[in-house]
Amino acid sequence: MAKVLMKGNEAIGEAAIRAGCKNYFAYPITPQSEVAEYLAKRMPEVDGVFLQGESEVAVGYMIFGAAACGERVMTTSSSPGVSLMSEAISYIAAAQCPAVFVNIMRGGPGLGGILPSQGDYFQATKGGGHGDYHLLVLAPDGVQEAVEMTMKAFGLAEKYRGPVMILGDGLIGQMMEPVEFPDDLNTEPSNKNDWATSGMDTRKSDKRNLVRSLFLDPKELNDNNLALKAKYEQMKKEEVLYEGYNTDTDYKVLIVSYGTMSRVCKTSIDMMKQEGIDVGLLRPKSLFPFPEKAVFKAATKESCKSVISIEMSMGQMVEDVERCVKGQRKVDFYGECGGDIPTPEKIIEIIKALL
Amino acid sequence: MQTEIKFAGFGGQGILLSAKLLAYAAMKQDFFVAWVPSYGPEMRGGTAYCTVVISDKKIGSPIIKNPSHLVAMNRPSLEKFANDVKPGGVIFINSSLIPTRSERDDITELVVPVNDIAIKAGSIRAANIVALSAFAAKAKIVDLQLLKNCVKDEFAAKAKIIPLNMKAFDEGVNIANNS
Repeated sequence: MAKVLMKGNEAIGEAAIRAGCKNYFAYPITPQSEVAEYLAKRMPEVDGVFLQGESEVAVGYMIFGAAACGERVMTTSSSPGVSLMSEAISYIAAAQCPAVFVNIMRGGPGLGGILPSQGDYFQATKGGGHGDYHLLVLAPDGVQEAVEMTMKAFGLAEKYRGPVMILGDGLIGQMMEPVEFPDDLNTEPSNKNDWATSGMDTRKSDKRNLVRSLFLDPKELNDNNLALKAKYEQMKKEEVLYEGYNTDTDYKVLIVSYGTMSRVCKTSIDMMKQEGIDVGLLRPKSLFPFPEKAVFKAATKESCKSVISIEMSMGQMVEDVERCVKGQRKVDFYGECGGDIPTPEKIIEIIKALL
Repeated sequence: MQTEIKFAGFGGQGILLSAKLLAYAAMKQDFFVAWVPSYGPEMRGGTAYCTVVISDKKIGSPIIKNPSHLVAMNRPSLEKFANDVKPGGVIFINSSLIPTRSERDDITELVVPVNDIAIKAGSIRAANIVALSAFAAKAKIVDLQLLKNCVKDEFAAKAKIIPLNMKAFDEGVNIANNS
């Protein structure tokens, strides 16, 4: 298929359609409202449903309902909206229902601002809602990757019967880039007859399916949490995604950065290379599971003297980087989070101070 | 080789569309492109600007501090961004609304009264197309015929305004070639 020029938000909407998602519930919030605008028009064309909830709290439970019925379902929001959905996300994780959440991050805390941010790393990877659960979190660095990750997210959500999050930022949502929609990413929905509350007549079964998140028997609750834990362990084995950039050199400094911020770092690395300075970049594409071994390996390369996590936040992913480096190297941090994205020149200044 | 073009003006001047059309034409020529709008709590009449990045390899940072070229559609845009443009670039000035100049001698200045030309061509609403074609003719970033086709495609759903925009496009190219 030929390339088309699309805004990240619109491309995410189209990716959901191409992945066979027929259910999209959302509440508008800058900087992701174009997803809802796009799907309000597109969903009826494929006999799908777009419903604007009365709030993000309501949307979270609409997602839960559709997911429990075994339907491919997605919502998109931005930081404050995702906070409101977090209760439902916890329920969906506990009830083991597949659903796709997209967070096009804006600055926080509170209402914050509407410009790009990576301030929801903790919320996405460490919880957000209550209880022992994780989201599988994928972080695109541009419009094409946002499309591919969104399309894959539906299959992953079904594979693990749980919520998957695409963690982008306002720039990825607002920016236009050429995109292709790969046909081979449109997977068939997996068999949900074993668990979905789709109605016994629809699945010609005598077995009663029950979707729930309340387990008053301590053993039952413990077993459910162990089942979730087993999934997270499997994700750590099978779903780790990352990219190395200029890591085949004898770099003295290793940058760990993801999403939009990693692209700025790549430009800085190219500029420094022209001056004869090699700097490596390890870009996590999956934030949970985090590329623990890859970060350790890249950080402990003999030439590498120090590691720096560069984020559009006040220092969140850096805690995972420190955990993975295990004290073998000094780990620094640089971040800005007012909405202005640090320029390549600024990153070079920061890196040179470490050399 | 990477080229960055900043389009700037006030909301309603068609800044985002001009930039999109340039990005679209560059994409058709197999360049990597990124169209990066400024989005903020703005309203009609507020400032609007947008950067197009065109490159022959994968684009790293889409955030550009110093663009190669500037298309300034109103005075605040020229005052704000003229000094950011890299030496050797083109600074396009809409002289219908901007009485001042960039006061730089290391760039090429292209001064065009786009509002007046658009009004003469039929409607002030085509001013952004005059600016786009005049700038593109001067900066020579994309194939002009291809760009013109992109303009035509963009208005495919509103066929009756295509002749106006085609005329505006040609006027822009003419004035750039004669200045």
